[in-house]
Amino acid sequence: MRLLPSGERAVLVELADTDEVLALAEPVRMLAGVEDVVPGEHTLLVTVGAPGDLEAVRRALPGVGSAAASRVSTPRTVDIHVTYDGPDLAAVAAHTGLTVAEVVSAHTATPWRVGFGGFAPGFAYLVGGDPRLEVPRRAEPRPSVPAGAVGLAGRYSGIYPRSSPGGWQLIGHTDAVLFDVDADPPALLQPGMTVRFVS
Amino acid sequence: MAELVVVAPGPLTLVQDAGRPGYAAMGVGRSGAFDTGAYELGRRLVGNAVGAAALEVLLGGLTVRATAATRAVITGGLVQATVDGRPVGYGEPFYLLPGEQLRLGHCTRGIRAYVSVAGGLDVPPVLGSRATDTLSGIGPRPLAAGDVIPLGEAAPPPRADVAPLTPPADGLVTLDALPGPRTDWLVIPNLDGDWTVAPDSNRVGIRLAGHQWSRAKNSEIPSEGVVRGSIQLPPDGRPVIFGPDHPTTGGYPVVGVLTDASCDRLAQLRPGQRLRFRTVTK
Repeated sequence: MRLLPSGERAVLVELADTDEVLALAEPVRMLAGVEDVVPGEHTLLVTVGAPGDLEAVRRALPGVGSAAASRVSTPRTVDIHVTYDGPDLAAVAAHTGLTVAEVVSAHTATPWRVGFGGFAPGFAYLVGGDPRLEVPRRAEPRPSVPAGAVGLAGRYSGIYPRSSPGGWQLIGHTDAVLFDVDADPPALLQPGMTVRFVS
Repeated sequence: MAELVVVAPGPLTLVQDAGRPGYAAMGVGRSGAFDTGAYELGRRLVGNAVGAAALEVLLGGLTVRATAATRAVITGGLVQATVDGRPVGYGEPFYLLPGEQLRLGHCTRGIRAYVSVAGGLDVPPVLGSRATDTLSGIGPRPLAAGDVIPLGEAAPPPRADVAPLTPPADGLVTLDALPGPRTDWLVIPNLDGDWTVAPDSNRVGIRLAGHQWSRAKNSEIPSEGVVRGSIQLPPDGRPVIFGPDHPTTGGYPVVGVLTDASCDRLAQLRPGQRLRFRTVTK
């Protein structure tokens, strides 16, 4: 664990991998003075409500780390039903050397994990999928990707919570509602959850 | 019930408050008033509770009519204002009687004026806040002519009724920045350089024109959480400073982070205004 400065009311905790980030996120959220925690791929941003609380939180972080590592977490699993009809399905098959049917089974057979968010409310970068599905982003991003589009980029998979521009390779679509301000919590996918795609 | 009727919204008038912390992991940023000091002062001058919503008026040009007697105050960007033609002070609470119109001219110093009204703006909160997040689209939409904004119940006026206020600075502004988290991505690891505020700046980010920093590395970093006031270094070397509606994670290195006080100064910088950074250590 390495603590990097991030202004008067935050510290960026650098960790070995996404598993360590996810193990630390919820215990750190419980620390006195912590206002928010933001998982990244290898980091956890910890913000405090008042600058005066930062030093105490910084001092408490290493202890939380060792406690969190020994904890067995049981993340929730969410099934996402997907129709695999995306416009980039053939391109993904060509890039990976798989058939379209093999792309679908690779996407559905290995469960994914919600690593971190960003980009848009409710968007989740899914990690830990079948490594054969690693593909580059599209050379030309689309000006408009419909809500519910299921895509691949790099080693991530993700679902567009709402219509927006986007450069991910689209392999299918889902009717799942990813973000609803009236729901509690508003985002369907929370860091640490397991996601299974179902064809 | 007391209401404000929007007669003319000006270029961009938003409802803002202290923001909606706690949802960044779901991709919802804090948002809230950009110049927090000006917003907080206005809130206190009309006796509003912590977190009460006010209007953030970009560049001026707002005209509103009150439907009942109410107390209000203008802070932040320096702007000439009148109530039915009578001039009202800056940082000095005034009354609007039923039917009277408050009209703001153009900001002559700074660019964001705050209109705080006793009782606060009582639009429906979203995820615990009435702030408009211009990036995610969460919260009320920008004001439009004809909008009717309900006001909350006013508390008794506070004892102080005028604040000695220094308007936002003209000319060269120095912003205090703390190093890190990725200062080591700069070839010369300090924040020296002179810039001007680029015209395509907004609440998401203030873009800088002029000096370009050289990046020590050319790769991207894995996405990581960022805070308001982060000085981000894109591949082209032209820094972007994140405002209150910044994305919650980013893939470009953050080489410094403004102090809270300097974030407030940032909120008031006009396109073309000059700025430089001063590295501070806490």
